[in-house]
Amino acid sequence: MTEAAATQSDAETPAQPPSRRLADLIPRRLGGASDQADIVPQSRLSGPIPWVIAIMVALMVIAAAGGLALRNTGRAAASELSGGITVQIVEARPEERDREAGAALATLAGLPGVSDAHLVPQGELDALVEPWLGEGGIGADGDAVPVPALIDARLTGLLSADRLASLQTALRVHAPGARVDAQSTWLKPVFGAIASLQWLSLALIVFLGLATGAAVLLAARTALGNNRATIEIVHLLGGTDAQIAQIFQRSIARDAIGGALAGSGAALVVILLLGQSFAALQAGIVTGGALALADWAALLAVPLAAVVLATLTARWTVIGALKGML
Amino acid sequence: MPDGGAVSHHASGDAEIVQFDNVGLRYGTDREVLSDVSFTLYPGSFYFLTGASGAGKTSLLKLLYLAQRPSRGAIRMFGTDAITTPREKLPLLRRRLGVVFQDFRLVPHLSAYDNVALPLRVAGVSERELAGPVTDMLEWVGLADRMSARPATLSGGEQQRVAIARAVIGRPDLLVADEPTGNVDPEMAVKLLRLFEALNRLGTTVVVATHDVHLLRKVPDSLIMRLDKGRLADPTGALRYPPRRSAMPGAGS
Repeated sequence: MTEAAATQSDAETPAQPPSRRLADLIPRRLGGASDQADIVPQSRLSGPIPWVIAIMVALMVIAAAGGLALRNTGRAAASELSGGITVQIVEARPEERDREAGAALATLAGLPGVSDAHLVPQGELDALVEPWLGEGGIGADGDAVPVPALIDARLTGLLSADRLASLQTALRVHAPGARVDAQSTWLKPVFGAIASLQWLSLALIVFLGLATGAAVLLAARTALGNNRATIEIVHLLGGTDAQIAQIFQRSIARDAIGGALAGSGAALVVILLLGQSFAALQAGIVTGGALALADWAALLAVPLAAVVLATLTARWTVIGALKGML
Repeated sequence: MPDGGAVSHHASGDAEIVQFDNVGLRYGTDREVLSDVSFTLYPGSFYFLTGASGAGKTSLLKLLYLAQRPSRGAIRMFGTDAITTPREKLPLLRRRLGVVFQDFRLVPHLSAYDNVALPLRVAGVSERELAGPVTDMLEWVGLADRMSARPATLSGGEQQRVAIARAVIGRPDLLVADEPTGNVDPEMAVKLLRLFEALNRLGTTVVVATHDVHLLRKVPDSLIMRLDKGRLADPTGALRYPPRRSAMPGAGS
């Protein structure tokens, strides 16, 4: 008893973790089962897992936000351009070009399904070609490089290749230099690139999710190995697989919630900063990528899914390992 | 034995607590460490399991506390076939057992209090209900002032007493103890034996594995199970065909 008394003061000092961990920021007991001591020491169970989950969640949320913004950008641009056509009057002689432009406008006004048609002002055309032809490239004196007249028109209904062809035929009756293009075809490669980036962000989310699961699996296995003797005792005292799995599940869930909160917070800061930067560009196609309320809800689902994934991975790992015991 | 100290699931009314029939056990491809072991443990009996080192005592205890399945033979516990019972059902059988391990097997980061409370928590007893019994039990084994101590700070004897308190706190139907008095002074050894006897009088069947022949004399009503090279010696036939409880010496005491 003397030896025991000598060490009693040490023994009765509650064990303090070496440093405050991320997981300590959230309530120690989820579900409020009881105030009993943890059967498995938590510091040995979690280690760097909260930080790994935080980083993974941050990356997943940023990737998801990027994917959603790209989707919104694509949709906004497609909506803007759907039904839009450009009629070019390719005629070198200015007087004839003006006549054909007027005739084309009149033809368009008389065709069914054309909701709007207007000639692009000369000033806008000058601005368009100025980077290539320089200032004064298009002169009213006719010495400058001839540039086609442009008519911006909008059609109602489906814009098919056949419809474009019949439109061009109708226009060429009075304006032989008319060429019709759908505006959306110009941006087809851009839409393709946007779709590829969306798939890329989805793939990133999937791979990061798998990496999170793998990290949790390794942590759970390590924790099982470190606590094998304790688990055997609980097992021999009549503890069920579910009870033992619950211990690890609860710990991983706590770590995952802490990590998910930290990761989501960091991702939110990044998303807001990037959003501000892109908004400052004031480019229509970019501002069309702004996140809607439903998008924010989808982003919120990412950390929740990460917590569920981590918890289930821990449960399956532990129960799988316990099946090896009698 | 402290009052109100436990979750009571004794007095099962089973005809036999344990029945071994021609049980054999081998590890891997080695020779059998237990061969043709047959015996029956009846409710309320007190057994000493003796034998030289390597005779198979620990292996037999492992079969008794369901840490191991035999290589052959049949084992029934509490009226259930322990060999064919699905592993999902084994925890219910284990909760009717109390085990004192030779190496104590205390959970190192839990206090003495939490170690003793562990079987009750596993069984789903609330903190409010278990606080009194656990405190009483620790007082009874002389560790009232060491409740918050971790096992590493306890002496060998103190650890052993915590291990015994943990084994008996649930007032088990069958108590299995492997050298339970090996690390305590003679006075405490007698006190612990009195605890086992008190439990035994309450209906718990007790099996104590020991080298200490002096202990055998201290429980006069006890039966002896002697293992010799993996075989159970039962010269009187009392183990295989035990007398009814009412006919046993000391019955009704």
